[in-house]
Amino acid sequence: MVGYTSKFQAGNSVRGTTFAVALLLAAAALPLRAQEQITQVDLSGSWALQEDEGVMERVAGPVPDDFTGIPLNDAGRYLALDYNPGSYSEPERICLQETPWSLAIGPWAIRIWPQVDPATRQVSAWMIGGTESHPPVTIWMDGRPRPSALAPHDRSGFTLGTWKGDMLIAYTTNLKAGILRRSGAFSSDQTTLTSTFIRHDDMLAVSYVLQDPVYLTEPYAYANSYLRSDGPVGIDWDPCIVGYEGVDEGKVPFYLPGKNPLVGQMKQIYGIPEEASLGGAQTMYPEFRDKIKAKFVMPPGKCTLYCTTGFAPPPPSKAPATAPSTGTREPRARRAPGS
Amino acid sequence: MARHFISTSARQMALVLLVSLLAQTAAQAQGRAGRGPPPTGEAAAPVDLTGYWVSLVTQDWIFRMVTPRRGDYSDVPLNAAGIQIMDAWDPAKDVAAGEQCKSYGAPAIMRVPERLHITWQDKQTMKMQTDAGEQTRLFHFVRSDADPGAKSLQGYSFALWQIQRKSADTGGGRASRPAGPPVWGNLKVMTNNLTAGYLRKNGIPYSDNAKLTEYYDLLPQIGGEQLMMVTSSVTDPTYLTKVFIVNSNFKKESSASGWEPSPCSATW
Repeated sequence: MVGYTSKFQAGNSVRGTTFAVALLLAAAALPLRAQEQITQVDLSGSWALQEDEGVMERVAGPVPDDFTGIPLNDAGRYLALDYNPGSYSEPERICLQETPWSLAIGPWAIRIWPQVDPATRQVSAWMIGGTESHPPVTIWMDGRPRPSALAPHDRSGFTLGTWKGDMLIAYTTNLKAGILRRSGAFSSDQTTLTSTFIRHDDMLAVSYVLQDPVYLTEPYAYANSYLRSDGPVGIDWDPCIVGYEGVDEGKVPFYLPGKNPLVGQMKQIYGIPEEASLGGAQTMYPEFRDKIKAKFVMPPGKCTLYCTTGFAPPPPSKAPATAPSTGTREPRARRAPGS
Repeated sequence: MARHFISTSARQMALVLLVSLLAQTAAQAQGRAGRGPPPTGEAAAPVDLTGYWVSLVTQDWIFRMVTPRRGDYSDVPLNAAGIQIMDAWDPAKDVAAGEQCKSYGAPAIMRVPERLHITWQDKQTMKMQTDAGEQTRLFHFVRSDADPGAKSLQGYSFALWQIQRKSADTGGGRASRPAGPPVWGNLKVMTNNLTAGYLRKNGIPYSDNAKLTEYYDLLPQIGGEQLMMVTSSVTDPTYLTKVFIVNSNFKKESSASGWEPSPCSATW
């Protein structure tokens, strides 16, 4: 009996195993449905900026009264025209352009890497590094709560990311005021930035949409393209360090309303009338061309200034050129905003 | 008893294998039936690009909204031959030759300040019309082996959807497997068979060897507005030293009220 019971039990055991195997085999034959998740592309790596548009804005710096295509409101325009490039040397303004927006308008290659939570082994953040003097932008993916609008704002702001299909969408708040264009257009500390990272094979397209209820009337859309770089891109730039640059304490360089001597350069260099150069949402749309057609005057002759890569012409040399004292790579020359 | 047990067990195992095989066969049949003929370009669309779109000219304004200066090729990787052609730019000559549309060809047309009207011409052909220069582009979702015909300003465009689906985690560190309905996607368009034209109004050339690859991405709604980003990549071994890549933004419009057809202009 004992033996029979034992065999009976053994038989039950074999039958149980058999059914388990059957279930597994049947399940294996059916389409997988468990643990569905959105496919995510791997963005990590080095990405070289394709400087095929906006080089004047990225490198040499725009013409001082170039606010074309920026949806400035009156307050934004007033502030932009008040701007004196010398103010950029004030200690409290030296790092003014070091916000995530500088990724959009700067000449920077970027390096992207994931930050993995050791406990969950999930990507807790994507890190975007690459600006000249800015710490990496952290795009938090763990859904942590966004700080209050009243919490301290800083240059990096606070960014949360989500995936939509293969697009990584990052939304930044809690920013300090910064430079929108280096000719002197500003963004306020109420600014929000939506950055969308889209990978197309070995190309990375990034859309930036900046909204600012204080100085803009509409969202300001911008975009960059990058190509995957086999070699690491240089992100080992020095941090922005506040120092004395010749502007004495208590002195604030600025222009009084209507007294900015730099207004008119767009007309002089490009033949573009003032109502266009001073920006505003209307300048973004095709129909604006009808308004300025009669006022536009093509400069005569062949282009002689800012005609090739966007670099400003080198200043007259008074001393023999010297080799860079350190390093093997020299950062591309950038002018102070609006200078 | 032992013999009886073995016999029962063997029968059970055989039954299990049979059930398993039947399930597998049914699943395969279901897969075949599910596959069927490939969906048309229209049916497969993971996003809707149709409608009216307006350019948002926020980048390269001085090269797009007005006629750029003679000899200004900022940002464009022109080679010496290209510079020579650019320097010889003569819009009056273009007009006289009936070539006033040279700056409205496929490699340049998305940079022109304009409105787009995107529709389906048929289930396998998307049609894009522009009001500026009154151009029409056709995106073919079926690759044809037929002779594409004479070269043209808009060339021949083959389009495909790059569809992103939910994926099933196959575990074990292996790559996940796409399954389920599309969650998003973008349109990739490859264009060749082009006649020579201008990348900008001031005669910056591309040759009839140029090829264009574009990606059309719908961006998430921002401020209640639907945006579309078009990434254009032009290669031209004749006049460019490297690939030329630009991004152009468009905003969706709810109606045709802004649509204002205007003929090509060689000077404005």
